[in-house]
Amino acid sequence: MATAAATTNAGAGSAQVIRTGAGSRYVIYTLLILFCLYYLLPLYVMVVNSLKPLSEIQAGGMMALPDALTFAPWASAWSSAQVGVEATGLRPYFLNSILMVVPAVAISTVLGALNGYVLTKWRFRGDTIVFGLLLFGCFIPFQMVLIPMARMLGLMGIAGTVPGLVFVHLVYGIGFSTLYFRNYYQQFPTELVRAAMIDGAGFFTIFRRIMLPSSGPIAVVCIIWQFTNIWNDFLFGASFSDFDSQPMTVALNNLVQSSTGVKEYNVHFAGAIMAALPTLFVYIVAGRFFVRGLMAGSVKG
Amino acid sequence: MGFLDIKNATKSYGPVRVLHETDISVEEGEFLVLVGPSGCGKSTLLNMIAGLEDVTSGEIAIRGRRMNEVRPADRNIAMVFQSYALYPNMNVAQNMAFGLEMHGVPKAERDKAVKDVAELLQITPLLNRKPGQLSGGQRQRVAMGRALVRQPDVFLFDEPLSNLDAKLRVDMRTEIKKLHQKLKTTIVYVTHDQIEALTLSTRIAVMYGGYVQQLGTPKEIYDNPANMFVAGFMGSPSMNLFPAKVELENGQAAARISLVDGKSAILPFAPGNAMASQEGRKIILGIRPEAITDEDGADRNSQAIHKLESVVEVTEPAGSDTFVVTQLGGKEVTARFRADVEVRPGDSFPFAVNMEKAVAFDPETEMRISG
Repeated sequence: MATAAATTNAGAGSAQVIRTGAGSRYVIYTLLILFCLYYLLPLYVMVVNSLKPLSEIQAGGMMALPDALTFAPWASAWSSAQVGVEATGLRPYFLNSILMVVPAVAISTVLGALNGYVLTKWRFRGDTIVFGLLLFGCFIPFQMVLIPMARMLGLMGIAGTVPGLVFVHLVYGIGFSTLYFRNYYQQFPTELVRAAMIDGAGFFTIFRRIMLPSSGPIAVVCIIWQFTNIWNDFLFGASFSDFDSQPMTVALNNLVQSSTGVKEYNVHFAGAIMAALPTLFVYIVAGRFFVRGLMAGSVKG
Repeated sequence: MGFLDIKNATKSYGPVRVLHETDISVEEGEFLVLVGPSGCGKSTLLNMIAGLEDVTSGEIAIRGRRMNEVRPADRNIAMVFQSYALYPNMNVAQNMAFGLEMHGVPKAERDKAVKDVAELLQITPLLNRKPGQLSGGQRQRVAMGRALVRQPDVFLFDEPLSNLDAKLRVDMRTEIKKLHQKLKTTIVYVTHDQIEALTLSTRIAVMYGGYVQQLGTPKEIYDNPANMFVAGFMGSPSMNLFPAKVELENGQAAARISLVDGKSAILPFAPGNAMASQEGRKIILGIRPEAITDEDGADRNSQAIHKLESVVEVTEPAGSDTFVVTQLGGKEVTARFRADVEVRPGDSFPFAVNMEKAVAFDPETEMRISG
């Protein structure tokens, strides 16, 4: 009898909730909170120490809250700290990173969307091979392309410039953005494209009026992914930039390395937070779409 | 030359030929239904008319103009899709106006056209809604509205009712028929539902295996099927097909069929039937369920009602009728009795067979033996 009741329950199972006792829930939440604190600890250390005078850090109070609150380290990191040979702060490099990231993300996302559109809705002979090659491009290790890429940038006359970095990230980014959009558009009903064709819409009109308005979630995923990767990239930035085109990550390294005597930890912490803020910002603004978009390809509805 | 001409059209994917030489000429205002089971080539043919699939050989022409190389947008056609294919990001009015907008029609004219069609289809209150906020039947209407707004030469329907529930499907079927009678538009309609085909069409093309098996009016298709496939596919319950042998009885052609107890019965063909020349030939006899009835339910106008006794195996009361299953010629045969006839399984019961409605097929070629 009990088994029968259990099976009917399982069969009806519209809301399958895993039930746990109050005791185990207590343990679970405690553990989760501990993990949470553990993960937040570095951020705490960075924020706290970036707001202290250097003397307090040197006195050995890494974990303590600042006695004398000061924003001087932030100002210094932003506009006057020694980065490499010049005392410009991180400001010009922050600008370099913005000038690199925005076009690289925008163009690779748009091209990825176009590629995905063609690969799913305007299929041609050999399209799976093209897609396979693009996919292959995603998995080539960065180190392998350094020397050929340097040669290409030299030939194109954009070596050591911000447009050169944009180009590098664009080439690397298209593989991923195409993968995202292709998988997303695969679920997109082809009858809609056919209906639009009969209605008289052309290749780009269908893309702009029918496909793009339904691409919000996957575009967010693509933008977050590309933005994070390109902003955080160090290898390409260090390899392909000159002093005046270095991105934030390389400049941060230089800031930390170029000490003129005393290591200004508080300035370093402030600089590191500055380098991390844009990605943090993108996650907070667009993050709630992120998981939704990632799931959209796999589950219908 | 008709309004829409399909001349010798074929379709192949590599070495696989999915549509064999097809010739259909559709007159203006006609309602042609392409009907057949899955994979028979009916949707392929429709997509070829729409321009969504290339024509491998042959020609498709609308109003005498060759369409093979013309883009779908320039063929002046409109299509209603099985999934309705409403643009999810646009509201109903924008959906309906999209085709006009793409063809460069000014905004004022577009708005008027949308308004007129919305009134015709009674969807005016829905104009500002998105497709996601509509029920299945409403989406169906909007999809038809989107096609109507364009005032195309030819309407193409690709199984438009198959996503609706049974009740709504019947309602929309009537609605489409009314609309056709009112607007006198030329329609090509694809379905796998033979009832839709029979009720809607002015002509039917029954397709199977990439061939048009028969092209004709619903009555021709129903009464004079060209082969056993058409006979079995059209009509519900389907036509009874059972083996028989042609004999001469008093100088008149008759079919001898075996009964369940080793006995046999003789069913004379209707007078004037040319089967007399086929004496001794083995045939497959095709008789629709409504031509095998109880005695009182037989067609009084028929000149060729013949009785035979057979054992009832199963009765299936269906409300308006009772379907009675028996064995003739070693096959299960369904007869259509009036609902209130007292009949029990196991009884031996007299069946009245209307031989005016009987057709004969060759067992080998499965083709109709003309008679």
